[in-house]
Amino acid sequence: MTTEFTPLLSLAGGLLIGLSALILMAANGRIAGISGIVSRILPPHSDRSGLLQAVVFVAGLLLAAPLYKILTSEAPAQMMTDSTPILIIAGLLVGFGSVIGGGCTSGHGVCGLSRLSQRSIIATCTFMITAFVTVYILRHVLGATS
Amino acid sequence: MNLIASLAAGLIFGFGLIISGMVNPAKVQNFLDLFGTWDPSLAFVMGGAIAIGLPGFWLLGKWSKPLFASAFQWPNKTDLDAKLIGGSALFGIGWGLGGFCPGPAVTALTIGSTGVFIFVPAMLIGMWATKLVK
Repeated sequence: MTTEFTPLLSLAGGLLIGLSALILMAANGRIAGISGIVSRILPPHSDRSGLLQAVVFVAGLLLAAPLYKILTSEAPAQMMTDSTPILIIAGLLVGFGSVIGGGCTSGHGVCGLSRLSQRSIIATCTFMITAFVTVYILRHVLGATS
Repeated sequence: MNLIASLAAGLIFGFGLIISGMVNPAKVQNFLDLFGTWDPSLAFVMGGAIAIGLPGFWLLGKWSKPLFASAFQWPNKTDLDAKLIGGSALFGIGWGLGGFCPGPAVTALTIGSTGVFIFVPAMLIGMWATKLVK
């Protein structure tokens, strides 16, 4: 299925994401890597002050959609696969891969590329390539429609 | 103060993910579908984030300490090992399959589509199990 090309909204969203990453570093000295922040909340806990900050950051993420609904009186558009096995496998791979690889689209992609980190450049190229190949196989070899 | 900064950063991050379209798995998969219904929007998300992040992180690199903490916790790993590449490769496969990465998935919990309540618990189990083994 097609989705509308939204260069200006996507650019504006990207600027906000970059701004958020700078706020977190300037204020608290921490990288805005969501896989790191979310996994810090899961036991076992090693970093108490980091734990509380991580919980509050996630609370901020969770408040974004309700605030968006209040401001625009519509829910954000969403379409996804309705296959439970695919969602479970995808979730496990994202959780496992981001912790092993030390980051995801935000930590390696946004923050790491902005800092010109060699590790993050390699990580980002790697996950972009496997993601492109996965969608190619999913849609053009296996013929999935969503 | 550092909790207020964390809350503001989370809210702004989530808002950015929503208006950019990152919370919509179909849009993410269309970005990844170069030979099909390609939607280049997400290149603009990354472009916008890096346009502000590149000068911003360069400037912060000159600060001696953050505003509300005793020191910057800059990432200090430099090794380009199998864990970095293998983990990232698996992450990319999961991202392509579901169209969700961690930030948009958590943000989407309060949008309330059914699929996200399957994806996020699986992701948390994956993270937790990996953390235990590490």
